[in-house]
Amino acid sequence: MREITFQKALEEAVAEEMRRDPRVITMGTDFTGDPIKEFGASRVRFTPISEAVLTGMGLGAAGCGVRPIVNWRMVTFSFVAMDQVVNQASKIRYMFGGQADFPVTYRCSTGGGIGLAAQHSQSPYSMWMHLAGLKIVLPSTPADAKGLLKSAIRDNNPVVSFECSRLATLTGPVPDGDHLVPLGVADVKRTGTDVTIVALAYYVQESLAVADELAREGVSIEVLDPRTLVPMDVETLRASVQKTGRVVIVDEAPATCSAAAEIAALMVEDPDTFRALKAPVRRVCAMPVPVPYSPPLEKAALPSRDDIRAAVHDVLKESV
Amino acid sequence: MTLDKARLVQMLRTMILIREFDERAIQLRLAGKIYGTVHPYVGQEAVAVGVSAQLSVTDRVTSTHRGHGHCIAKGADIRRMMAELFGRVDGYCKGKGGSMHIADFAVGMLGANGIVGGGLPIACGAALAGQLEGKGAVTVCFFGDGAAAEGEFHESLNIASLWKLPIVFVCENNQYAANNPVGVQHPRVDIAAHAAPYDMPGVGVDGNDVLAVHAATADAVTRARRGDGPSLLECKTYRWHFHAMRAARPPETRPAEEIASWKAGDPIARLEQHMVGRALLSPDELRAIRDRVGAELDEAVAFAEASPFPDPKDLMADMFAR
Ligand SMILES: Cc1ncc(C[n+]2csc(CCOP(=O)(O)OP(=O)(O)O)c2C)c(N)n1
Ligand SMILES: [Mg+2]
Repeated sequence: MREITFQKALEEAVAEEMRRDPRVITMGTDFTGDPIKEFGASRVRFTPISEAVLTGMGLGAAGCGVRPIVNWRMVTFSFVAMDQVVNQASKIRYMFGGQADFPVTYRCSTGGGIGLAAQHSQSPYSMWMHLAGLKIVLPSTPADAKGLLKSAIRDNNPVVSFECSRLATLTGPVPDGDHLVPLGVADVKRTGTDVTIVALAYYVQESLAVADELAREGVSIEVLDPRTLVPMDVETLRASVQKTGRVVIVDEAPATCSAAAEIAALMVEDPDTFRALKAPVRRVCAMPVPVPYSPPLEKAALPSRDDIRAAVHDVLKESV
Repeated sequence: MTLDKARLVQMLRTMILIREFDERAIQLRLAGKIYGTVHPYVGQEAVAVGVSAQLSVTDRVTSTHRGHGHCIAKGADIRRMMAELFGRVDGYCKGKGGSMHIADFAVGMLGANGIVGGGLPIACGAALAGQLEGKGAVTVCFFGDGAAAEGEFHESLNIASLWKLPIVFVCENNQYAANNPVGVQHPRVDIAAHAAPYDMPGVGVDGNDVLAVHAATADAVTRARRGDGPSLLECKTYRWHFHAMRAARPPETRPAEEIASWKAGDPIARLEQHMVGRALLSPDELRAIRDRVGAELDEAVAFAEASPFPDPKDLMADMFAR
């Protein structure tokens, strides 16, 4: 199979969907390559730095039959458009009684670990999950990045595509042709029997590395990637935890009110999963601080392979 | 352009309908038949009607918290509007939206909006859709004087002009944002002047003169349809009632003389006088218009009351499209 980077996979997704459907347009302050050459300046829109109006324009155009992709670049900048995300995009379909669809895709990079410091190292997807009304994708491999973004563009709802900065240069196999990954379907990235690790984005890759190491110690780890945070594939997650009886949830957002918190609750509030647990649920998340700049501090703020390994050993020791 | 009798009667009828709809809404709210908040449009009817009379059903509008007038002027069905205020399933939003979220996409009414300034970016998106369609559809964005102090206003004017979007920004300067007079919101009370730095025409209009609003809109709509980009109209008007009410009518805080002087310039009376002056309206005809509006409102209320409440089992319906 062809190997390409995560970044290239995302670019291919946009280009293929623009080729496939003339209603798809893309708006942002910058583009890689020269998409105007192929698609023209009316469908590839260089924009001023006006996140609020861009976010609302994507929504308004979507309500009128266009399928816009709005690129915020970093999730950081989307906060300038909070009204349009929180008050408009997440509520517009429901509050109008479903009389129109709003097929808009918002793209943004997310996450820390590359020395960009507090404002440019955020992972706020749980804030968006909380809104009820936005679909949210968070891929961990080039193949998923491409397949999920293509599905997001085809979806008839506002979808936010969180694209992890640390994965941009990751290379991996991507199937040829019209590769789609459905929204709301988790993926078992590695099968195992002793501990389930539910990981997000970059930490899927880190957890797979830890699982390889622990396999040499005779520990069998199953690594799950929800891939879509809304809708969340609860059944697949619960089935794995019911099988292993032990779960560690790994993400680089701080633990408070996080996706990891939501996943933990979804596991323990289900009677069958709760009864199957042999150890308390563990979360490995960022420390509750703005991500600092200096390398040793940044490293201390974000989860590490050591943290994941330690959590796995803890849940193996525990027996309830 | 001199408007013929049929057009003028239609405009007068719509203005009276808008006024009586909101007078009825106030009574229904006081009687506890409807819930939440009512923001009456009474006094500002010439703006919605003068502007919308230049639009066709394929043109689009976005509205505000004070949106009943814009809905009616754009051609929404008052029975479904009333049912929405009553929170019933036959309302435009199946009872999920209420007064501040009425929309009728079928007639190009893209929604009231409970957020001051929130409709401007959405209107720019609708205008972008119109530009891409290439069939000359224009979007009108209604907003208040208060919204002109929001960042979304400035971002919207900037990009609309940059991209020559087919949009008309219509500011209804009713002299107040809630209880704050325009003078405490803007260093210079001249909303239309914001047009110049964004390189578009800005026109101040007597917003209580439906014919003046209609004429100013014609220029702006023509320019937008031609592909020459946006315009900003500032329609100077006044709301006759309180900013908003819930269970009770709030006390009046504005000077009595100010209210009286604006009421003396009643936009409906002014249109009636114009028509009488041109011998286009007899007392009998006026009475017939008013009687018909009253009967339509009675029917709308009956329609709303006969419509069932939504079933709680439908709470989660309409969240996501397939
Ligand atoms: C962003 C935001 N801030 C505050 C409010 C509360 N609010 C509702 S209407 C209103 C006044 C708006 O004034 P204006 O834009 O002039 O419209 P008008 O009420 O006069 O029609 C305010 C402050 C709101 N809905 N949204
Ligand atoms: Mg006002």
